[in-house]
Amino acid sequence: MSLRNNRAVLLAAAASVLLVAGLALALFWAPEDADQGFSQRIFYVHVPIALTAYACFGWGAWKALRLLWTRESRYDLESYTAVHMGVIFGILTLVTGSIWAKISWGVWWTWSERQLTLFLVLFLFYCAYFMLRFSVESGPRRANLSAVYALFGVALIPVSFLAIRLAENFIHPVVFTRDGPQMSGSMFFVFCVCLAAMLGLFASLYTNELTGKRLDARLRELREALE
Amino acid sequence: MIQARGLGRRFASKRVIRDLDFEVRAGELLLVTGPNGSGKSTLLALMAGLLAPTEGEIEVDLPRGRIGYLAHEALVYKELTALENLELYGRLYHVAERRETIGALLERFGLWEVRHQRVGSFSRGMQQRLALCRVLLHGPELLLLDEPYSGLDASARSLVDDVLAEAAGAKTLVVASHEPEHVRPLATQALALA
Amino acid sequence: MTYFADVAALARKDILLELRSRDTLPAMLLFVVSALVVFHFSLPSDASATASTGLLWIALLFTALLGLGRAFTAEREQRVLDGLVLAPCDRSAIWLAKSLGVLAFLGMAEALALPAYALFFEPVGWELVAAVLLADLGLAAVGTLLAAMAAASRARELLLPLLFLPLVIPVVVGGVGATVVDNPGRYLGFLALYDLIFAILSWASFEYVVAE
Repeated sequence: MSLRNNRAVLLAAAASVLLVAGLALALFWAPEDADQGFSQRIFYVHVPIALTAYACFGWGAWKALRLLWTRESRYDLESYTAVHMGVIFGILTLVTGSIWAKISWGVWWTWSERQLTLFLVLFLFYCAYFMLRFSVESGPRRANLSAVYALFGVALIPVSFLAIRLAENFIHPVVFTRDGPQMSGSMFFVFCVCLAAMLGLFASLYTNELTGKRLDARLRELREALE
Repeated sequence: MIQARGLGRRFASKRVIRDLDFEVRAGELLLVTGPNGSGKSTLLALMAGLLAPTEGEIEVDLPRGRIGYLAHEALVYKELTALENLELYGRLYHVAERRETIGALLERFGLWEVRHQRVGSFSRGMQQRLALCRVLLHGPELLLLDEPYSGLDASARSLVDDVLAEAAGAKTLVVASHEPEHVRPLATQALALA
Repeated sequence: MTYFADVAALARKDILLELRSRDTLPAMLLFVVSALVVFHFSLPSDASATASTGLLWIALLFTALLGLGRAFTAEREQRVLDGLVLAPCDRSAIWLAKSLGVLAFLGMAEALALPAYALFFEPVGWELVAAVLLADLGLAAVGTLLAAMAAASRARELLLPLLFLPLVIPVVVGGVGATVVDNPGRYLGFLALYDLIFAILSWASFEYVVAE
């Protein structure tokens, strides 16, 4: 029991250190962008969060696959927690992306931002995941349905991305463009630190939430055993 | 043929079946008794493979096509006729000499006259008899019967008695009933659920 | 192969069911025409071809939803789906048979919708027909699986549109794109890719949706 505690604490500590380091580097050390100035620094937060969200959904889908393969019920909780984290990071992506759009172009939303549009579609998709889970009784059935849906989700990510690119040809022409950062060495370094920080945050939150949920389940089992 | 170890099943927060261990060998007849809500139907559904256990395990040594399962519901389409329903199951179970087998069963259970009627117009007793046809259609080696007598009048009950008498010894049976007196003489094992 | 014999047996059953009840297909036909008429009133008079094409695709999507909502109602009553799941046939055969049925209904609805669209709005080119046919495959494949999921839940009809719409956004993009852009090849290819990916995924995972 104490070993597990140690790991969670270590993970949280590592994530905290990385986060502080990453933010500090992003705000103070990273070179200023020629075009956008100071506001470009949101990129160091926005993109790592987005990539972490993808990682969450991917991890959730992997656990879902394991569930369907081995039929062991513990993977259901792991998959659900990962998707849950993914939605949280997804919301953060939408929020930081919106802030960035407001700062850059003065609008809170623009369809020309492919990442943002993709996240909106995924956000809708995974919200439906929660509706699915709420409307089915807990048990092997719900675990199976959630797992299948999570797998569809990761298939949807590349397909949607392709669709959004294709859609640009006939939807109102792109008004705002932003050059993908041609990252210099130091920019790339800061980006990597921030990415590691966000992934560390995911790992830490994931471990904690999973432990909490497992404790809840165990508590329920014990209560029933006493009845 | 059927082995259960530590078998448990819960629905949401309610444990319907807890920690069951039993074994049913080929040719045996297991009688499952218990009040309403004690999990008889759940146990049979677990044996049929319709439900997965939430604790423990259950092993049935037969492929799906050799198992016959009689549920509370008839598992037939109300908009189709009796014949069409049995035709469908006959095809899905790859029954040899489908027409003859269906005809014989309909005759035996007194449904031949109404074979072209929509099942939706059937009485509860007729639906139950049709369900029995469906269960026996593919000549299964394992019969799982959940309340086989429910909804039946006296003459139909004797049909079920015949089925049980014929099958006992030759096939493996699990019968859940809360009127066990008919079945007890034939039972080789009994399981009482709380 | 017995697999296709099973699919045929199940498809035959679905055809029989629809012939008896005769409710789903007429409803879909009426709905799609009504929707097109409503769209006429909701579009400004100088609306572009893209706008009216877009609305056609929306009409088709919601017609599909209407049909899919009914796809498993017969099985849900009396829990007949359990009977099918217990049969020795591969569970994906159930999916394939249902999808073919949904496909047929969609096709018939479009056989009415496209001429109506040509009458009310714009002439219909081969690209639109090709796009519609390709889109149907994807909609039927994914929709059938999601309909089975929704049927297993408490929320049922409420849940199906929520599950369905995000997944079919790429279909709308492919369909509208193929119709309005000069070179429809890429969009038709994209639709075919969508169909392939999601048909395979649906076929492989249907087992887990209907059985525990």
